[in-house]
Amino acid sequence: MLWLVLRTLIGHWRRRPFQAISLLIGLAVATALFAGVQALNAEARASYDRAESLLGADLFDEITARGGRPIALDDYIALRRAGWRVSPVIEGTILVDGRAVTLIGIDPLTLPPAAVGAGLVQGADGLTSFLAPPWQLFASPATVAALAEANLPPLTVAEAMPANTLLADIAYAADRLARADEITRLVVAPTQKPDLPAIDAVTDGRLVLTPPTGQSDLGSLTDSFHLNLTAFGLLSFVVGLFIVNATVGLAFEQRRPLLRTLRALGVSERRLSAALLIELLLLATLGGVIGIVLGYVMAAALLPDVAASLGGLYGAPVPGTLSLSPLWWLGGLAISLAGALLAAASSFWKARQLSILAPVGATAWLGAEARRLALQRWLGAAALVVGLVLWRTNPGLVGGFVLLAGVLIGAALLLPSLLSFVLARLASRQSDPVRAWFWADTRAQLGGLSLALMALFLALSVNIGVGTMVDGFRKTFLGWLDQRLAAELYVGGTDEAEAEEITAWLTAREDVSAVLPIWNIDLRHEGFPLEVFGIADHPTYRENWPVLGALSTPWDRLFSGEATLLSEQFARRFDLVPGEIITIQAPDGDWALEIAGIYADYGNTEGQMLVALPALLDRWPEVEKTRFAVRTIPDRAEVIAAELTDALSLGDRQVVDQTALKALSRRIFETTFAVTVALNALTLAVAGLALFTSLLALSAERLPQLAPAWAMGLPRRLLGRWELQRTLALALFTALAAIPLGQLTAWILTAVINVEAFGWRLPLYAFPLDWARLSLLALVAAALASALPAWRLMRLPPARLLRLFSDDR
Amino acid sequence: MLELRGIRKSYGEVSVLDDINLDLAAGAALALTGESGSGKSTLLHLIAALDSADAGEIRISGRDVHTLDEPGRADLRRTQLSLVFQQFNLIPTIRVAENIAFQARLAGRHDAAWDAEIARRLGIGDLLARYPEEISGGQAQRVAIARALAARPPLLLADEPTGNLDEATGDAVLALMLELVRETQTALLFVTHSPRLAAMIGPRRHLTAGRLDRTA
Repeated sequence: MLWLVLRTLIGHWRRRPFQAISLLIGLAVATALFAGVQALNAEARASYDRAESLLGADLFDEITARGGRPIALDDYIALRRAGWRVSPVIEGTILVDGRAVTLIGIDPLTLPPAAVGAGLVQGADGLTSFLAPPWQLFASPATVAALAEANLPPLTVAEAMPANTLLADIAYAADRLARADEITRLVVAPTQKPDLPAIDAVTDGRLVLTPPTGQSDLGSLTDSFHLNLTAFGLLSFVVGLFIVNATVGLAFEQRRPLLRTLRALGVSERRLSAALLIELLLLATLGGVIGIVLGYVMAAALLPDVAASLGGLYGAPVPGTLSLSPLWWLGGLAISLAGALLAAASSFWKARQLSILAPVGATAWLGAEARRLALQRWLGAAALVVGLVLWRTNPGLVGGFVLLAGVLIGAALLLPSLLSFVLARLASRQSDPVRAWFWADTRAQLGGLSLALMALFLALSVNIGVGTMVDGFRKTFLGWLDQRLAAELYVGGTDEAEAEEITAWLTAREDVSAVLPIWNIDLRHEGFPLEVFGIADHPTYRENWPVLGALSTPWDRLFSGEATLLSEQFARRFDLVPGEIITIQAPDGDWALEIAGIYADYGNTEGQMLVALPALLDRWPEVEKTRFAVRTIPDRAEVIAAELTDALSLGDRQVVDQTALKALSRRIFETTFAVTVALNALTLAVAGLALFTSLLALSAERLPQLAPAWAMGLPRRLLGRWELQRTLALALFTALAAIPLGQLTAWILTAVINVEAFGWRLPLYAFPLDWARLSLLALVAAALASALPAWRLMRLPPARLLRLFSDDR
Repeated sequence: MLELRGIRKSYGEVSVLDDINLDLAAGAALALTGESGSGKSTLLHLIAALDSADAGEIRISGRDVHTLDEPGRADLRRTQLSLVFQQFNLIPTIRVAENIAFQARLAGRHDAAWDAEIARRLGIGDLLARYPEEISGGQAQRVAIARALAARPPLLLADEPTGNLDEATGDAVLALMLELVRETQTALLFVTHSPRLAAMIGPRRHLTAGRLDRTA
């Protein structure tokens, strides 16, 4: 009997193919965007984990040198002699065919066997080829493919390798990286002899032991990036579910008489509910499978940009190709099923409450509509309040997203009431009865279109908000780049001898006004990475540096050697303000500096501080002295670069002019936001689709409402045109309402979420031209969405309208 | 077959049915007449277990409707009775042939030869492949009657089934219905406000303001 009932229910979709397509699109889109984003996140996180587990950083203690320096060979030998079981690792970046690749050198004989890297080497053909020339390198399949033609020792494919990374014997790595006496870190074996001397005692406090962290460093660093992606995935998921909810709700209303007939013919409530549930699960499975395939395609298309962003921003090795486990596919399907059940819950509840005898009167429907609007108003207000309260009580990144979600959902729930109010006012102000009917009838369509309009409203608001944030960021970033990259040329020597040669060549020229060192030391301040730059006293900094807030005469204070300037994100992270004292760890003890000012340092995930160059050299005399900024007459920069490269036979990357560096920075900026912009555009497209499918689904319902107007003398062509105008009017009002919400969204993104996620706050701009462009886009989407139903109405045979008019069914 | 004892039903303060007593034997036909609002449809809904009486007892084939839970009521509708409505209530998503067979399949009494026989007798044999929206109102009503009879129910409840048809078509449909219920020994309770149709059926009870009078 269940099968018979199910077949009868499914017949509904055969009779209304557009509605079926609409439902499948909703399910597929919701699943695709959510599963696609999950795929991107999963791929990146799997890559971080591979990077961590390669040397067992997730399992074993590590020893590094204080002050961010390499470990001296003598210290390593001292530890070994003292009985410590430690394994040396050398890590650095090499250029292979113009591509920067991470090279990791290990000693497979001492690396703990539980580290993935040790397992790789032990499991290969034999240690001999790994330990001796011509050497053997391990790399991921994609890296091996990319470096197939490179002049490297034989490459062996290893699935467990992180992207863009080569694993080699420590002797090869030391030679290739020119670090014979330097070790990057030591991996500590899990079992050690009893009564070992303390590390501090053996190495005079030069080394520090760090226990393994629960989460990878890259995982923590990139959390904000992934949370951002997840938020967009969720937004698109919600918009997709709006379509599902609208379609399932409409199908329920259309099938209400059928459900009553089935009950009257003896189908029990339980059996009918079971049949409805099976029908939904079948459709959700079909939509989910389509969605998973689309999600995979989308993720594969976006992954190269995501990989470039993560690599550029965090140095994270993420492959450019997807490789997903069966769990991801099952997870996507589960999301589709859960989403469908969520979206259909209200219709199920109504089906269970269905009275066999209740009439479907227009008055009853109007009453229900008014009750629904009132409920939505309450829910909307509640969402706003909950979002605000949760943010105030938990003002972190998650709190920021909760605030954003509360504001967006709350505003979306309030939209139908707002539109209803506006349309009622318009209808009541018309003296012409036909015009009054037009507005009243437009208002009557709100019930069927409200979900699609809410989806459009959300998509437009988020587009305005994110667009304002990205454009505002671009504007700020470009201005900031002009200040930060004030020098005309940036040069680097491969070693200090070459750097001295370059400096001598440059200072001998009359058209070079200054050669400014860019020397820095990498530290960790309370576990957070920190770059300490020593700068020379020169007007370049005083005149151009983008200082946000400072004490009086900050540069004089800084160049006295007693003060520092901090990057904004570093200051925010540790809640530091000008006038306070910061203490950092120097080789000869703590170094206390007065904070003279805070400056903007967009795009940098690490903390940064400026100190006077002599003060830096006093404490870190061994700082790498290879990089310089060169001040010259702007017109001469290109000539100087060419002559310098030629005179000292420098490589392409050793001399970079300001224009190229700015172009590179801009490219990194655009890549970073490429995924956001793509998801943004997809969300808008989905909202347009929601409007289209809702209008198409409703078009059949509209005919009985329009037939009396036709019978009273309004031509089909005019009725069709009005249908178009109705949708345009609703889209326009929605777009107008989206502008203030979009601006509020931009404020939350720049003043709350960005500050929490990245540590910098951007000024809030308004871009009225963008508002106009998006409003126009909404109108075009609405016109396209309503074109087909309107065209069908214009071409409807009069006999059909006559039948609808005379038919009281 | 059908026994009603002391049935009462009110909606709020308004009494719709008051002390209704009625008996209908297997194979018997009875016309139930009354003005609009006299409670005819309410009585039919109570008998069909679509609604519950405030007081009294309804027995169909010996089963007390009042004691049945929701699945029991659904089973009663499926196996013991069929309904024919004024609004046809055909299932739009399936073809005419499947509509006719629908309740019989639900009741587990489907007989394809019997379906074909009923369709032929009701003059809808050439409409079987069509969907309900592709046939006229008169044809749709005959399909609804065919669906009800195809299930071979012990009791057939008809609520103004010819109300949407012209007089000649209505008479023809009723004549066929009577012929078929006689052959199948189905008890028929036929609600109508037309004295002419009631006369065609024979025995008749009249409802006035919720009370039942014997009029013929």
